[in-house]
Amino acid sequence: MQLQTMAAQKLSPAAPPTDAAIAIDDVTLRFVTPDGHMMTAIRDFTMSVARGEFACVVGPTGCGKSTTLNLATGLLRPTTGNVRVMGNPVTGISRDIGFVFQADALFPWRSVIDNVAAGPLYRGTPRAEALDRARDWIARVGLARFEKHYPHQLSGGMRKRVALAQTFINQPKILLMDEPFSALDMQTRTAMQDELLELWSEQKSSVVFVTHDLEEAVALADKVYVLTAGPGTVKSVYRIDLPRPRVMADIRYDPNFIEIAKVIWNDLREEVQLGQSRAMQTGH
Amino acid sequence: MTAISPAADKGAQRETSIAVAEARARARLRRRYALVIGLRLAILVVFLALWELGADYNFIDPFFFSSPSGIWEQIWSWVTEGTSQGPLWLQIYVTLEETFLGFVIGALGGIAAGIILGRNRLLADVFSIYIKIANSVPRVVLGSVFIIALGLGMASKVALAVVMVFFVVFANAFQGVREADRAMIANAQILGASPWQITTTVIIPSAMSWILASLHVSFGFALVGAVVGEFLGAKQGMGLLISTAQGAFNANGVFAAMIILAVMALVVEFIITRFENYVVKWRPAPFSEQGT
Repeated sequence: MQLQTMAAQKLSPAAPPTDAAIAIDDVTLRFVTPDGHMMTAIRDFTMSVARGEFACVVGPTGCGKSTTLNLATGLLRPTTGNVRVMGNPVTGISRDIGFVFQADALFPWRSVIDNVAAGPLYRGTPRAEALDRARDWIARVGLARFEKHYPHQLSGGMRKRVALAQTFINQPKILLMDEPFSALDMQTRTAMQDELLELWSEQKSSVVFVTHDLEEAVALADKVYVLTAGPGTVKSVYRIDLPRPRVMADIRYDPNFIEIAKVIWNDLREEVQLGQSRAMQTGH
Repeated sequence: MTAISPAADKGAQRETSIAVAEARARARLRRRYALVIGLRLAILVVFLALWELGADYNFIDPFFFSSPSGIWEQIWSWVTEGTSQGPLWLQIYVTLEETFLGFVIGALGGIAAGIILGRNRLLADVFSIYIKIANSVPRVVLGSVFIIALGLGMASKVALAVVMVFFVVFANAFQGVREADRAMIANAQILGASPWQITTTVIIPSAMSWILASLHVSFGFALVGAVVGEFLGAKQGMGLLISTAQGAFNANGVFAAMIILAVMALVVEFIITRFENYVVKWRPAPFSEQGT
């Protein structure tokens, strides 16, 4: 029992420290829908991710989980409050950021190697050097034999590996992930989670990983943010002190893991139910 | 006494039966392919034979509807003796040149306009109404305007072909740009692409399928533009040949010119398909029709 309380420590929300990799401070974001209504996506939202930390965001469908990521990229601007990345206010898309999408965002007309080399090429690296680096990253995700293949010739898991290489080749200090593995089958997902943790521990980047899968969040994260049903705000924050390196296939049978998942699920459940009953009412 | 391994035996049997089944399946595919080609030829032969016999026995009046042998004689005399306006090859060359110029100018203009308006919401909202209006004008009528303004030479035919092609290609390029995947654009942005790089490396390639589809249709339109332009007033070209034949009540000449135009269109269509396959070789192989 003592172990469990140590492993899942509930943190009190506080203003983010100034040296955080990502600091979202008391942000509210409203936007006007095309038919002229005002929607609040998130309200009074505070979150901070320390350098090298792996943070997961879980919450019911439509609570604004992805919005938090778009605030960090600068693709969305807060209505009130402020967002800082690596200590600087967000003004545009930072070079330090990498983003892995839920949907397939590879360029289907480019071969694997050209897809992976896209980032350096966009940033002005000479072609030969970009291709060399791409080859290196393709080998690291285990696709060396598939350099010349086009995305449609690869399986879903392989395409995700290409997407990881495409993101990591820019050596982002901050890695944002929007339900990246939700479309994969169970076994492929487990393999990809291991792959991600390995790349992350080498690169020492700070991660925000959005997911609707609580077990995925607990297994991967140092810190889990539970969001309320929309408009989203932080309900509670848990620190997960499971030892690293973690092995995804085994961790789900770890008694500590199960205890933590139970505690957080109790917190999350009512928000999920609330979110679902609202969705039924509005018909979305 | 000899020991026979039943498993190995069965395995060998299974392999031979798979080979036999595969050979049968391949033979079936070949037979079906031959059947399709055979039926196609049969339909052509029956159609031509009925037409020819009908003309011989005066079920079909060859004065109005010509006959296959009459058309063939006409084409042959054009090839060997030349037409009333000079060699046949020159007429084909003139019409093809007008068509190509109109096609290239119209297609490039349509692609450029489609991309600019597709990328700029305000311009699209402002100009959409005018494009709708321009598109609803029956464009063939513009041929008369162009002949008055640009004379009987090549320019008026090219201009008509351009307006025939432009709107088709524009509409497709615009749609293609609009349908470009949001996640893909955001991905390029975060990977570090500038707005210009996004246009050239994401927007244009993803609109390419749409644009290529429109090129198939619009080459036919360019040909119509050139021929109608010649029809309305020209010194040379296939359209003038048709118009002359019509004036002389020469049905053979009209049909012969029509068939030459159809062959021209088919040849170019074939070239465009080859070009398309080259440009979009990244696409998964489509379900291909047998015998094409």
